[in-house]
Amino acid sequence: MAEALAGTVEIRRHRNAAKLGFSFWLPAAWICLLLLLACSADLWTLPAYDHMNFSHPAAPPVTRSEQWLPSQNGGLIGSPYTYWLGTDTLGRDIAARLIHGVRVSLLVGLLAPAIACIIGGTIGILAGFYRGRFESLVVAAMDTILAFPGLVLLLAIGFYLGPGLQNLIPALAILIVPAFCRVARANTLTWAERDFILAARAIGAGNRRIICCHILPNVVWPLAAYGLLLVGVMIVAEGALSFLGLGVPAPTPSWGGMIAAGKEVLDEAPHVALLPAAVMFITVLSFNLLGDRLRELTDIRNRSNTE
Amino acid sequence: MAFYLRKLLRLAAVVFTASALTFLLVALLPGDVAYEIGGPDATAEQIAAIRAEMGLDRNIALRFGRWLARAVAGDLGTSHRSGEPVLQAIVSRLPVTVELLLFSQLIALGLAIPAAIISAHKAGSAIDRSVASAGFATLSIPSYVMALLLIFAFALRLQLLPATGYTPLSEGICPNLKGFILPSLSIALIEWVPLMRVLRSDMIGTLQEDYILMARAKGLPTWKILLTDALKPSSLTLVTVLGLQIGHWIGAAVIIEMIYALPGIGRLLVDAIFSRDFLMVQGCVLVITVAYVVINSAVDLLYAVLDPRIRLEPKNG
Repeated sequence: MAEALAGTVEIRRHRNAAKLGFSFWLPAAWICLLLLLACSADLWTLPAYDHMNFSHPAAPPVTRSEQWLPSQNGGLIGSPYTYWLGTDTLGRDIAARLIHGVRVSLLVGLLAPAIACIIGGTIGILAGFYRGRFESLVVAAMDTILAFPGLVLLLAIGFYLGPGLQNLIPALAILIVPAFCRVARANTLTWAERDFILAARAIGAGNRRIICCHILPNVVWPLAAYGLLLVGVMIVAEGALSFLGLGVPAPTPSWGGMIAAGKEVLDEAPHVALLPAAVMFITVLSFNLLGDRLRELTDIRNRSNTE
Repeated sequence: MAFYLRKLLRLAAVVFTASALTFLLVALLPGDVAYEIGGPDATAEQIAAIRAEMGLDRNIALRFGRWLARAVAGDLGTSHRSGEPVLQAIVSRLPVTVELLLFSQLIALGLAIPAAIISAHKAGSAIDRSVASAGFATLSIPSYVMALLLIFAFALRLQLLPATGYTPLSEGICPNLKGFILPSLSIALIEWVPLMRVLRSDMIGTLQEDYILMARAKGLPTWKILLTDALKPSSLTLVTVLGLQIGHWIGAAVIIEMIYALPGIGRLLVDAIFSRDFLMVQGCVLVITVAYVVINSAVDLLYAVLDPRIRLEPKNG
């Protein structure tokens, strides 16, 4: 029980930082690169992502175009311009589309879990802390959402609200609120029984203070780890909807939509589908590796083994 | 008995909520459904007739009651696009989806069980670690990417199997099965991983039991211990996960049916969404959701029957 002090969280984090290893830093570097690309997507000297060059449809990587192409930030570039990653079926630059597609994927992948984490986390902590009828109500409500098969619920919401990011992100968030709620509740239940909570109560701390200063700092890490694991799921789900043509409307590039477009020319020009597929795979794998690592470090069930 | 009763009550509540939400999906659709169904050329009389037919002019609670009563009786309305009764359309497509799901489950189990047995037997070894890493990596591949990779390799490059297309069972078993190999593999090659993980960790637990030691002491061969003594008691959780995963599988099936042009219920749903065929969307969502909820509850109950400890544990652990 000696370790039952709020301060142990801090110590644990420092001790573990040293042994994160290769499988943590490599994916972290890839995601930082993607974040950088997402922020700087407009600054690169690339053709506009929706410019169709009909003299080079589905061109293989490293194709040189002798024409002037409209640049994405006004003006013309090229003559010659090299399509380093080739073009898609409509003669659009795959490199430019991939870089702009990062925005959609990261926006959906990060925002949906963030929203769900705040909503689900709050409800879960309150349910785990106050227990009683409120908790039963929350559990029942979350079970009902979980009763729907995910993609079908997503399709139904998409059908109801129409396509577009502003509808897609809340729909995805609703889908994963129960998961965050469960993690938050389960963690709160175990932390709320610890001695330092009793100690805090003994020195006269109120419920709000205990939740904010003692429960929240401990629950937030498992929640974050879980969130990272869901980023990959969200990117795949957005890709699935865009693949079906129900996600981000054209001409905004999205990896899923790019893969779907490449499906038609898989035989003659496999790179049109396989390049975005590879980028999506590496990205999802990176988030999964990060999340898995973070989960190992924060999972309550692992505590007893490691200490 | 109280346990089963509670479970059944919960099932009824969830099915009711799910159907209410499905009803609202169309009832609260922005815009006037009657105008959408009537089309741009509909006269005021036709619109009025559609409204009366669908009961759009009445109170929403009344409409829900009427809709539910009809749905229970098997009348999900008629598609205003194709003129086909919704239930009939769903029933004619259902066998394709069921066949796809069954085959992918079989393949996934065929991959997961041997991999789990070997991994559990040699836990911590190089084989175990490579199976775990391979599993981790495959979980990052979306099913639509897996499908494209398989089409690329087996249909386009090696030309072994058809890329798309569906042959009804009535035209022979072999061509029918051939069309299902790649679609089933696309799902199974990803979904075997959770099954393998669950079975592996359960088996590691089982292999530490005393009766396994006893079997070893009696000199039984290792493969026999693994296959007969250890596998069966370890497969309890596997059954549950198989049931819980079904939602995942259904989602994957929707996309896979689109890619391989299989006329299943997922394709029916997506096509209906594109043509804004409201009643068809409603019907598909209702049937899929209710099926999913019922399967999940059945697995839940099965688990409780198989493992009596579950029945005694508090409801919200």
